[in-house]
Amino acid sequence: MSKPKVAFYWCASCGGCEETVVDLAEDILGVVEKVDIVLWPVAMDFKYKDVEAMADQSIFATLLNGAIRSTEQEAMARLLRRKSRYLIAYGSCACTGGIPSLANQFAREQILKFNYEEAPSVVNETKTRPQLVFEEAGRHPHLPELHHVVRSLDQVVDVDYYIPGCPPTPKITQAAVAALLDGRLPPKGAVLAPDIALCEECPRRDSKPADLSFTEFKRPHQKLLDPAKCFLTQGVVCLGPATRQGCGAQCISGNMPCTGCFGGTDRVKDQGAKILSSLCANLGPKEEAGINQVLAGIPDPVGTFYRYGLAKSLLRRKADLPMNNGK
Amino acid sequence: MENASPPPAGNGSWTPRIVAFFCNWCTYTAADLAGVSRMKYAANTLTIRLMCSGRVDPQFILEAFARGADGVLIGGCHPNDCHYAEGNYKMLRRFQLLKRMLQDLGIAEARLRLEWISAAEGEKVKSVINDMVKKITALGPLDLPGKFADGDRELTAPAPAESEVTHV
Repeated sequence: MSKPKVAFYWCASCGGCEETVVDLAEDILGVVEKVDIVLWPVAMDFKYKDVEAMADQSIFATLLNGAIRSTEQEAMARLLRRKSRYLIAYGSCACTGGIPSLANQFAREQILKFNYEEAPSVVNETKTRPQLVFEEAGRHPHLPELHHVVRSLDQVVDVDYYIPGCPPTPKITQAAVAALLDGRLPPKGAVLAPDIALCEECPRRDSKPADLSFTEFKRPHQKLLDPAKCFLTQGVVCLGPATRQGCGAQCISGNMPCTGCFGGTDRVKDQGAKILSSLCANLGPKEEAGINQVLAGIPDPVGTFYRYGLAKSLLRRKADLPMNNGK
Repeated sequence: MENASPPPAGNGSWTPRIVAFFCNWCTYTAADLAGVSRMKYAANTLTIRLMCSGRVDPQFILEAFARGADGVLIGGCHPNDCHYAEGNYKMLRRFQLLKRMLQDLGIAEARLRLEWISAAEGEKVKSVINDMVKKITALGPLDLPGKFADGDRELTAPAPAESEVTHV
């Protein structure tokens, strides 16, 4: 019997998810023994036409990381959807938009103008911008076009399973791959990580009091952090209460609070709203001026609460931005 | 739940759609009082009764906007009057940060409003709703469902339908 075919692909991502696959270290040999890797652009050379030539559904599983923010990424997502039996959103960007989806706070024109003209490190006197087609030596190469909206994978194509994390840990990756290969599959649409909040497995759990009463918020660089005490008791925003576990509390072990990369649990529709709700309910002051003084310690609520998931949040994007070319 | 179909914009017939979350013990009773007193006020609110303004999960507010509300009004008990002692303070704290976050996300301040209205203040229900309708009418429709659909037109095929949350 031939081995199941597996593909890895990347869209708008940093490469960290690919790193996790490499971090499987010698365990990757176990995976390679059981599967044929038919596409993995970060490590092996493939062309679009190789993928196009494959029969539909001939890939057993595709693990796709990265958000979808260009025409090329959209086309590849659609192509791989057609070619794969299981399409898996791998990592925060594919699951919920990730850090690239923070760009949903800006119009496309603002982003292009800043990056090609205004950024302090840019020297571009002719204000050259990437063109969709250009001519060189009689040839006409095409470039992909940037979308106006950054999207999670499931906002573009149908997704079978989700493996969250920025990046997902080797442990949950291995468990997910094993479950796929053994046919131990949960219902379609499931997130392949525990459905419990991070606080449950947090090594500092016992130091979290039943009642918090915030009088100020400090950011991690503004304070010497006690490595044994719950971050919330130290007045530091930690997204643990609103975040799915499965990461092994690695950031906590490194004395940094959770920033929410695993997303919310199944019952949560909007991770940012949930952590906002939880933090605010536990503020000390009862009148406006005092409340606002404490809340001033959270200068950027969107970036803090939706760091990995603005695309999949209920509001998706800043509401007053022009959509299609200013129309 | 179906999307609250947003009234068509720009043809002159649009009026705001406001979702109102009212506390059972004060503002909802005040709205009842306004009703039995036959007060007339703008018919633009969809009222949802909750046991306490402290039960208003910020997700409810965001979802109301995402499904087509032009404004969200929350009515709770005056400070010191909460039936559950602390609920209205929780709402006030959430409201302060949510208001700022919504502004960062391009939703005008006037679209989200928190008012303390006691069971005896039927008149205040009337004046607050009338005032809010006036201010949101001036702002025009928010129409997030329309904006989402407009954005998805840059895709080469329709976006998949949003699936219900899976419980495993």
